[in-house]
Amino acid sequence: MNTDDRLIVNPFNHDKDFAGCSIFGMMSLEGKRFGSKDPVRAISNMHERSNGLGGGFAVYGIYPDFKDYYALHIMYLSKDAKQRTDKILASCFNIIYDEELQTKPANVVDPPVIWRYFVEPRKNRPKDQSPDDCVLDAVMRINTETGKAFVFSSGKDMGVFKGVGFPEDIADYFCLEDYTGYLWSCHGRFPTNTPGWWGGAHPFNILDWTVVHNGELSSYGINRRYLEMYGYKCTLQTDTEVLAYAVDLLMRKQRLPIEIVSQVLASPFWAEIDQMEPKKRLVLKALRQTYGSLLMNGPFSIIVAHHGEMIGLTDRIKLRPMMAATKGSMLYLSSEEASIRLVSPALDKVWSARGGEPIIGRIGGKQAVENQAKLEVEQ
Amino acid sequence: MAVQQTKTAGISQKFLANVTQEKGVWKVNAENMPYKELNALLRELDSLGAEQVALSNVYGQRYLGTDLKTKLKIDIYGTPGNDLASFMDGPSIEVHGNAQDCTGNTMNSGQVVIHGRAGDITGYAMRGGKVFIRDDVGYRVGIHMKEYMDNKPIMVVGGTAEDFLGEYMAGGILAVLGLTLKKGEQHRARYVGTGMHAGIIYVRGEIGNLGKEVKKVDVDEKDLVVIKGLVKEYCGYFGKDFDSVMKGKFFKIVPYSHRPYGRVYAY
Amino acid sequence: MKSYLPPEYIVERDEDKCIRCKVCVNQCTYETHSYDAEDDVIRSKDENCVNCQRCVTFCPTHAITIRENPTAYRENANMTSDVIKDIKKQAETGGIILTGMGCDRPLLTYWDRLLVNASQVTNPSIDPLREPMEIRTYLGMKPDALEMEYTNGDIELKTQLTPQLTLEVPIMFSAMSYGAISLNVHESLARAATKAGTYFNTGEGGLDPSLYKYGEHTIVQVASGRFGVHSKYLHAGAAVEIKIGQGAKPGIGGHLPGEKVTAEISRTRMIPLGTDALSPAPQHDIYSIEDLRQLIYALKEATNYEKPISVKIAAVHNAAAIASGIVRAGADIVAIDGVRGSTGAAPKIIRDNVGIPIELALASVDQRLRDEGIRNRASIVAAGGFRSSGDVLKAIALGADAVYIATAALVAIGCTVCQKCYTGKCPWGIATPDPWIGKRVNPDIASERLTNLLRGWSHEIKEMMGGMGVNSIESLRGNRLHLRGVGLTDTELRILGVKMAGD
Repeated sequence: MNTDDRLIVNPFNHDKDFAGCSIFGMMSLEGKRFGSKDPVRAISNMHERSNGLGGGFAVYGIYPDFKDYYALHIMYLSKDAKQRTDKILASCFNIIYDEELQTKPANVVDPPVIWRYFVEPRKNRPKDQSPDDCVLDAVMRINTETGKAFVFSSGKDMGVFKGVGFPEDIADYFCLEDYTGYLWSCHGRFPTNTPGWWGGAHPFNILDWTVVHNGELSSYGINRRYLEMYGYKCTLQTDTEVLAYAVDLLMRKQRLPIEIVSQVLASPFWAEIDQMEPKKRLVLKALRQTYGSLLMNGPFSIIVAHHGEMIGLTDRIKLRPMMAATKGSMLYLSSEEASIRLVSPALDKVWSARGGEPIIGRIGGKQAVENQAKLEVEQ
Repeated sequence: MAVQQTKTAGISQKFLANVTQEKGVWKVNAENMPYKELNALLRELDSLGAEQVALSNVYGQRYLGTDLKTKLKIDIYGTPGNDLASFMDGPSIEVHGNAQDCTGNTMNSGQVVIHGRAGDITGYAMRGGKVFIRDDVGYRVGIHMKEYMDNKPIMVVGGTAEDFLGEYMAGGILAVLGLTLKKGEQHRARYVGTGMHAGIIYVRGEIGNLGKEVKKVDVDEKDLVVIKGLVKEYCGYFGKDFDSVMKGKFFKIVPYSHRPYGRVYAY
Repeated sequence: MKSYLPPEYIVERDEDKCIRCKVCVNQCTYETHSYDAEDDVIRSKDENCVNCQRCVTFCPTHAITIRENPTAYRENANMTSDVIKDIKKQAETGGIILTGMGCDRPLLTYWDRLLVNASQVTNPSIDPLREPMEIRTYLGMKPDALEMEYTNGDIELKTQLTPQLTLEVPIMFSAMSYGAISLNVHESLARAATKAGTYFNTGEGGLDPSLYKYGEHTIVQVASGRFGVHSKYLHAGAAVEIKIGQGAKPGIGGHLPGEKVTAEISRTRMIPLGTDALSPAPQHDIYSIEDLRQLIYALKEATNYEKPISVKIAAVHNAAAIASGIVRAGADIVAIDGVRGSTGAAPKIIRDNVGIPIELALASVDQRLRDEGIRNRASIVAAGGFRSSGDVLKAIALGADAVYIATAALVAIGCTVCQKCYTGKCPWGIATPDPWIGKRVNPDIASERLTNLLRGWSHEIKEMMGGMGVNSIESLRGNRLHLRGVGLTDTELRILGVKMAGD
């Protein structure tokens, strides 16, 4: 994106905006789809934590009839951008179906045009490029080459809906009452530097990974430079972007499990590592030596999601809040307990996350399943 | 009807729907009430001489109890939001459920009793008054509690705490009873009492990772008198057994010096 | 030939304070002071004084002041006093003017134009006195990715990491050769490095066997003269450094004047007594990048792949390309020495005119390695006139993994940067091979002074990091968003990769 385009969306030319905010996640561990009422009520209850200039939702399991195709949600700030994007898409993908996202009037600020496309990668891509990498590549190209188009989400059978407004207004605008999904993650934002920028709202996404984030990454400068070395381009001017790419790099590309990845993002202190038994010490030392530039410093509470898993994690000295709760086969994560109680007053178990230790909700299998599957809640 | 009208006289029109009176207790339904209105209502009730208030359907409203200076008693049903009883100076609050973060922030006097857990940053800069928590608390609890003459804050945690307990403490008493720990389990808080320069932390059970400004010592006769008083009060609120609590082993964590950083600077 | 050069300094003595204790007479190695028993007075030969401040410091009554000689030449911004003196000196000797320590010209010091961030409101600062603040650093090659093996719920590391140096503080003592400095100073550096959990570099003069016991905290250097390089030497250290160049004299070799080649030096370096120990300009087996690769692997073989191999270069115009080549040649660590680097002896004209500032070299090397996707293959160590913890912190934010200090270390021990190291007469006992004068450095005290310096700087670094809301140095390293520039041009800001303050 050239400087002028950046300035249009980022009038103060700030490196990145921070995320002071509220987050909420709700997942059916049986993979049963449910509607927007509870997630929206919960996130709006934390009204105090945002200032109305950002809200968003990631929902999984919303396109059962198109679940084999990548669903791209793309935001356009100009007609040219759409033309250029359509060219890129046509060259990389077979477009099965596309349309403008259904919206209705709501209290949101200057909405851009948002399209959704259901696509599959063409066969004429380089031999060793997987379909996922093809999509990743196309997303980076769209975000950097078209000037005013940005991809909100690019996963299968899931989608990101976000923009400038309170979360309940965003939910209203995108008609979220029409969707059902088995995992909802939600965010309310309190930005100062990029007030009108729809692209800066959370969740951030790459393929089917989404991240909602409360906090500010003081390590953003180096996280970003490390990721750029691996081909990720940070264009959305919000530090959360690096979390999404870091998770993609470590979990999808390098196939490290979340238990290891959380030790990269929120590493234990050397004083603790030195006391561990030799095998574990060797692993953790090697992780910090190799991936030290991906250590996320600064306060954070994040909810990372992808098909089949919802993960809550805070920074290692727990500077941001995160509460977890279960009721039956439903797992809740939230910045404040009150929001969970609002939608589910009687809870089976309630606990607070511990610094640097992930809370993982899983269902068996990769895609949402409607029937009973393996139930697992881990801390 | 007439009686009721007199009793609700003085309450603003907009609140009337949420308020009823029953046997001297003002009952408030806080559902969908933004915190600003709820707190305004509490101030009104306070100025009308209310002695007891019961709030129900509380879901995250913040700053409850702030800026109230009388001996009002407030019962909260639901989950109060952050900064419960912050800057509070007098009232007594009982939470029938869990509290969130920053409870008792710079509290001056009064009392908070929580039938559940409390979150991070509980009792930050407390200057007086009492906070009793039945279960666990989070991180950075009791930071910079301070005391002067008669103003001495007291916090009793029934369960365990997380890292940075009592950081920078400058006075007051913080007691952690460890009743939620399993048999043989140790308190896991690290960096306990870092920067502490006055005040006392009583711990029931084993605790390890202390800041370098503090030391752990056995309790003496005088300490036991204080501890017994606190435990008695705790058991009273939460219906626990005094004897079985006192069976546990108590330690005292105190600072080495009142000027722990004197040698850090080159003049 | 009569010298036309006036004395540089005037020695002033307050006769009322002087108690004729003769400490100044004993301490001065330049024979400036002498005691006239007949008149019971101490006289001083101004022309011998080099302003080393030894007599001033040790005079018990503070009777002595050294002043710059004001009756030098008429003020002239172009033909300065220094220039006039140098020309006359050369006219008298026909030789290359030698000097010591680092470039003292008023070049732009970029550290003074870089300012550091602090967190407020949106991000909390962290309190380093009370909360953990990690500055431990590992130097060496890091892999692109780690492979793990999962068996029965157990996780085991499959990838083998190459050998790494462990630094508890990101500051090491830079190369100063035994010969340029005394054995007592070498020992002080070794002991302080051991105590602080870091390393000292032997420099190109070899390592005295009495210091082998500090081997785990020693980096042994292999320079073009290969002085003192033998198998035991290579195995004694924790890492081996190939010296290609140094900031004080890029492109030319090391120089130990004959005055400093004593019996001890002669033995350690294996050269005749009293000859100048000249290290050749290039390493004669490295004429091109593939030769460097050959030497790197020769050393890896010689040390059984147990030690990281470092390559030290001077910061010159195409430092970025050179560094890239060095990394691809297999080095585990790249050390870059900027124009302000010090030396025991160098031609003044080269010290002051050749080489570029470390700030710019560091920034461009770090960026180039990232652009090429190879930044993780070697650690970068920056050197060249680091004066304070502020400079160190800024270097790390620009991209350095660690920093080498030498001038600051010697100043901590007692040096006053009088620039006369090449005479071998250093009255502080530092830059002298004379064992009698060398006794003036007591390793017990000197190593304590060095450890104090490292401790003070570490605390300051932790305070600044805490102020930024960063509690691990990994999050500061290469994080240029925490720096801003003032008084710099757009090009300088671009090369440094830093924005303007206020932007």
